[in-house]
Amino acid sequence: MRRRFVVTVTAFGALTVLTCLVAPLVGSTPIRLSQVFNRTLSFADNVDAQVFFISRLPRVVAAAIVGSGLSLSGVVFQALLRNPLASSDTLGVAAGATLGAILAITFHLDIAIAGVSVVPLASFAGSLGALAIVYGLSMARRRGTSSTMLLLAGIAVAALLAAVGRFVQYLGDLTETFRTMQWLMGSLDVGSYAPIVAALVPMTIAFTGFATLPRVLDLISMGEEAAEARGVNVERTERIALVSASMATGAAVSLGGPVLFVGIIVPHLVRLIVGADHRLVLPASALFGASFLIVCDLIARTAFAPVELPVGIITAMIGGPFFLWLLFRRVH
Amino acid sequence: MLRVDSVTFGYRGGDPAQKDHLVLQDVSLHVPRGSIVGLLGPNGSGKTTLIRLLAGTLRPASGRVTIDGVPLGSLSRRELARRMAVVPQETQSTFDFSAIEIVLMGRYPHLGPFALEGAHDLAIARDALAATGTAAFEARRFITLSGGEKQRIVIASALAQASDVMLLDEPTASLDLGFQFEIAALLARLNRERGTTLVVSTHDLNLAATLCSELVLLKAGRVLAHGPTDDVLTTSNIRSLYGIDADVARHPRAGHLTVVPLARAE
Repeated sequence: MRRRFVVTVTAFGALTVLTCLVAPLVGSTPIRLSQVFNRTLSFADNVDAQVFFISRLPRVVAAAIVGSGLSLSGVVFQALLRNPLASSDTLGVAAGATLGAILAITFHLDIAIAGVSVVPLASFAGSLGALAIVYGLSMARRRGTSSTMLLLAGIAVAALLAAVGRFVQYLGDLTETFRTMQWLMGSLDVGSYAPIVAALVPMTIAFTGFATLPRVLDLISMGEEAAEARGVNVERTERIALVSASMATGAAVSLGGPVLFVGIIVPHLVRLIVGADHRLVLPASALFGASFLIVCDLIARTAFAPVELPVGIITAMIGGPFFLWLLFRRVH
Repeated sequence: MLRVDSVTFGYRGGDPAQKDHLVLQDVSLHVPRGSIVGLLGPNGSGKTTLIRLLAGTLRPASGRVTIDGVPLGSLSRRELARRMAVVPQETQSTFDFSAIEIVLMGRYPHLGPFALEGAHDLAIARDALAATGTAAFEARRFITLSGGEKQRIVIASALAQASDVMLLDEPTASLDLGFQFEIAALLARLNRERGTTLVVSTHDLNLAATLCSELVLLKAGRVLAHGPTDDVLTTSNIRSLYGIDADVARHPRAGHLTVVPLARAE
């Protein structure tokens, strides 16, 4: 087990480091890695380093954070609800985050507080709010959370929140609608490190929560009753997992918009490679999710250069068919 | 070693019309060390609830449940799991775990959330697979196994918990005759060779007669009868429990009681 863990983390870690280094090199202005780390030039004179660190790396870091945050949320929701379809999207958490951001943009709340835009805060509040509604609804019906109830409530709440979002957009003027539309398709063009730093706070809290979960999720995925009989505090785990996952989703959506499909495709791809054990699935999904979104974003900004596509289109266009192929290949 | 003292329990937040409906009322029983105790009773008589109370996953509204004289509530969940393993009625795996991975989960109460299992745990897991006759399935994917094979893997997982007590909720439900026989033989062997104390709930009266040294009969949340199998498994108790007239006789070759249902009691 220890060996499998080391091998898995090393392999996926190497992939992530590689994509983080290579992705910023590609773009309209060609730069070389050797030149970027050329110590003989000062930073002010080193154009390659400036392009690398100022214009491209923030975007890559944002992609890494969003990718791993959404992937981990997906893993955790799926294990907790014992349902392969669970993710921030299907539980309404992403819809809540999106509505928060739409409201902030439409009502011109996109002022900055201490250099941080209000939009991420609004989307973060939205994700927590949506989860609270979904969780509250499923709790009200019976003692304990039934995963089917939670998922159904999530789908209903997601539909409702999306409708409210469209209603607000419909009433808003054209410029705002264009801005929200752009945001809705997902874009990682963060511009600077400030939004990344802002997202890192909830993301760090969420990741600390995730770190306590791997083995417990294995046991819970076999049934709550069975997990409890083996000494797992199911209720406490559920609370940590749900709050961490919605924090991570809120932080991710605030940074990159609702990037679709990552939370479903990455966990399943990773499970196909490393198996079901969450002590492997969790770290591997964080690392693979980061690489996956970095590569998708690379394609988004280079495929039709100089036009940039929203990254959400790429994740869905690559992810959908690839996922289907994997799914059906496995059945035969 | 397991003792239930006048326990009463009802589910809260259920159907409001049945708010005062108690699932178990004034239930007392004793499970001696090394025994196999069967829980019998019609659907809804409270068997599963009683198993959950014995396992400590439910807390009684009044009365108490003790293991070796210690109230379950005073033990941590993991301490409890080291003393007592539970085999649920049905186990579904959402993800594609292998059989050995499922069995290794039984080591959780000993390892906790952060320790990785080592050679010692693997040896215990392999031993549990061997004891349940499933060594050949070690690397097989759990979801591809048949019902009887799955049940044996789950029992192996409970065995890996290395506890003195095992609670099984209808372990042979939905299994064919061959697997029913095999599970019963396996449980008898575990009890004989490892001294594991077993509490088994079942609808199968003949299984109970073959396997159990003592029986607890539950009717509408109360104990109807409690004692050695030969004393408790009678025509009159079966009539009272299920409303069925049955012939109870010692089988000349099997040596234990057999129950043949004859007609619905008038």
